[in-house]
Amino acid sequence: MSKDSTTLFQERVKTAIAEASPVAILGNGTKSFYGRIAQGQPLRVSEHAGILNYQPKELVLTARAGTTLDEIEDALARQGQSLAFEPPHFRPSGDAPDATLGGTLACGLAGPARPYAGAARDLVLGVRILTGRAEVLRFGGEVMKNVAGYDVSRLMAGAMGTLGILLDISLKVMPRPAISETRILSAGIEQALDLMIDWAAKPWPVTATAWYAGRLWVRLSGGRQGVSEAAQRIGGEVMDPHEAETFWRDLIREQGHRFFSGEGPLWRLSLPANVPHLALAGDQLIEWSGSQRWLRGDADAERIRGAVSAVGGHATLFRGGDRAGHVFHPLSEPLMRLHLRLKQSFDPHGILNPGRLYAEF
Amino acid sequence: MSLIQPERIAFDDPRIVSARADLVAALRAFLPADAVLERQEEVRPYECDGLSAYRQLPLLVVLPRTVEEVQRILRLCSERQVPMVARGAGTGLSGGALPRGDGLLLSLARFNRILDLDPVARTARVQPGVRNLAISEAARPHGLYYAPDPSSQIACTIGGNIAENSGGVHCLKYGLTVHNLLSVTFVTMEGELIELGSAAPDSPGYDLLALYIGSEGMLGVTVEARVKLLPVPERAQALLAAYDDVEKAGQAVGDIIAAGIIPAGLEMMDGPAIQAAEDFVHAGYPTEAAALLICELDGINQEVSEQVMQVRDLLLESGATEVRTSQDDAERLRFWQGRKSAFPAVGRISPDYYCMDGTIPRRALPEVLRRTAELSRQYGLRVANVFHAGDGNMHPLILFDANKPGELERTEELGGRILELCVEVGGTITGEHGVGIEKINQMCVQFSPEELRQFHAVKEAFDPDALLNPGKGIPTPRRCSEYRELPTPRAHHAHH
Ligand SMILES: Cc1cc2nc3c(=O)[nH]c(=O)nc-3n(C[C@H](O)[C@H](O)[C@H](O)COP(=O)(O)OP(=O)(O)OC[C@H]3O[C@@H](n4cnc5c(N)ncnc54)[C@H](O)[C@@H]3O)c2cc1C
Repeated sequence: MSKDSTTLFQERVKTAIAEASPVAILGNGTKSFYGRIAQGQPLRVSEHAGILNYQPKELVLTARAGTTLDEIEDALARQGQSLAFEPPHFRPSGDAPDATLGGTLACGLAGPARPYAGAARDLVLGVRILTGRAEVLRFGGEVMKNVAGYDVSRLMAGAMGTLGILLDISLKVMPRPAISETRILSAGIEQALDLMIDWAAKPWPVTATAWYAGRLWVRLSGGRQGVSEAAQRIGGEVMDPHEAETFWRDLIREQGHRFFSGEGPLWRLSLPANVPHLALAGDQLIEWSGSQRWLRGDADAERIRGAVSAVGGHATLFRGGDRAGHVFHPLSEPLMRLHLRLKQSFDPHGILNPGRLYAEF
Repeated sequence: MSLIQPERIAFDDPRIVSARADLVAALRAFLPADAVLERQEEVRPYECDGLSAYRQLPLLVVLPRTVEEVQRILRLCSERQVPMVARGAGTGLSGGALPRGDGLLLSLARFNRILDLDPVARTARVQPGVRNLAISEAARPHGLYYAPDPSSQIACTIGGNIAENSGGVHCLKYGLTVHNLLSVTFVTMEGELIELGSAAPDSPGYDLLALYIGSEGMLGVTVEARVKLLPVPERAQALLAAYDDVEKAGQAVGDIIAAGIIPAGLEMMDGPAIQAAEDFVHAGYPTEAAALLICELDGINQEVSEQVMQVRDLLLESGATEVRTSQDDAERLRFWQGRKSAFPAVGRISPDYYCMDGTIPRRALPEVLRRTAELSRQYGLRVANVFHAGDGNMHPLILFDANKPGELERTEELGGRILELCVEVGGTITGEHGVGIEKINQMCVQFSPEELRQFHAVKEAFDPDALLNPGKGIPTPRRCSEYRELPTPRAHHAHH
């Protein structure tokens, strides 16, 4: 599927401005659960799709924002490359349409490799956007290094569509590691946190870590020699390669693990990696060398936010709970003021995804 | 006529200049005596940065020691509507720290402490005036280092690196400043202290940290930063390959990356740059080569051995006339020495040189080099090329003599045309040195009026009165329409 709908969207935004009627930007809806409840007339953008340029030797791919991750990952795999931030798709079922690149960047989510290979924003090279003024603007480009003007393209990552409708996106893509090996160790939560921090300080090719219920998984990826040398030093039990692939992709990245389907809201705690175990009511699954901790349970939102703020972290109500309240961690007053002014500069009429990120805009 | 003269009109607002004594008194009321410089001989060292073709004495220089002092200075400037330019080490190459005759120059030189280095979390909290290399030196006993390594790393400060989103020869694998920074604390022009980012990943709200990095001192004054530290690789080894043809060398770069290898560094130099570097540091470069590639591989011991063999084969297949592999660290550093001192080396063979900084899609390299050579002939000025080949960031160095009438102007014009060529092939006018005052006209070529207006709107969100480093980075619409109306540079500018 390949189609340019820029003009169509531009007309829609002009109408929205004229009628003061906000739009709720919608890709294929795989992340409708995420963020605050969408307000406004749905504006479906997934038809604006197609890979526009892919240069494997230059590690650059440009695609329209409606292109599905499946299509992009297939194209990359044929050249032995991949999206290093391992974005979750959260496709509800095999026959439902897959996640779009635009939605992926707007949510700014990343998978198990994130602390080792970078986040979505780290791999963004450029964007073309449609602002709330109905202007089509291009920032960044298709080159690795570019400091002309403010870095507006990275700003789009995680902005939840509140600053502009993403039209085209250029990303840095990376070679797939030659081999991967996953090891499993038995460890209590404190010991696991220590081990993960320890490994991260070594020049080893660690590319994923996870802990749940007394078991610690670690993935090493890269050249054969490097991986086997580090694996030997880490020890533990070797996981079957197919099982390991399924584990990291389906159970952790796509949250198919039984932990994620438990009762009560799902919180994502983002912490400095070296914070010791935070005892909060509910079950925990730990990733990212300790810097991402999932909490499942009915603990009080204020208590959770208080506990993580005290150690320099923040908490997102990832799934479930009150989607009309504070889903994202509240901002300090000066930061909120900056957000309001920036929002004003991109979307002065407040028509793009109002309230999806914070109630104030 | 010089094409890149700053908008002088606004640089010495008489309203501010005449109230200078009053401003000095207000500053001295809360700053120690040695923190305010006003005599000409005291402020002279601040008249330019690394782009010394532009000089301007600042109205005053302030050297605060504490964050509170910075806040009070900025509040005072806001109240009195006095422009302010921040300065780190002044090694910038685009005139970003060029002072204003009607403004304060705020030096962060006294913010030179590493506040905290946490070997377990692998982070360091540093003041903005800390030198880039000092961070790696402090981290080394813990087996850690700070990855971005601009060639100016002995002198340049982390505050300046943040403002320019600086890179280095290792950024192909380890990223730019933006990839290695966890948080920034800055003071707004209104005097407010704000922290962006944190030691925890993915801070809530907009990614203002990414927006702030590379903003050339136009959005705030950095007073503290938290950087990531990486484990020092177990081993690093370098290969040096000579080519009789630049195009083949460019091809080899693509082959290495297509083979799934991301080298720690991948640099290229052309004939004139090789000869200048060799004459200067005697690194043992093959001076008859048309192009030289330096490829560094790092990681776990065994893996590096494996990759060195693989790259060696690729280089030979791509037509290298000679491939050397460093046998020890001393030899590896010798390979690098010529590249790292390429700028001063070129400085020795010409009275002056002018360093450009465009980035291009790598596949356009042969075309860009060919057309650069044509322009070089047309303008009668020699050009040496140094190139971060892995990521397409070019540093053409134009050799000239500022004492020859008209030569600086011709150099600037040639530089501008090389940058416009970079834009034409799908690249950008600056990969790491910033726009500053230098490339302000070329911004009009790279961005549409609407895009430039959006940049101004972003600036306004942070600095509503436009007092922070005004006149830099983003051209006004008026400037652009004037620039667009200029006749395209004609051949008669060039003296053959
Ligand atoms: C020989 C040589 C080699 C170089 N090699 C490289 C290289 O390999 N890679 C590279 O990227 N650059 C390189 N540079 C350019 C330069 O060193 C970098 O841009 C560097 O980051 C500038 O740091 P500085 O401390 O000197 O900043 P300055 O020159 O003092 O200032 C640069 C900009 O930062 C702003 N600024 C400084 N401190 C602050 C602060 N605390 N808060 C807000 N704004 C601030 C200034 O206003 C100005 O706009 C090189 C320069 C030279 C002379």
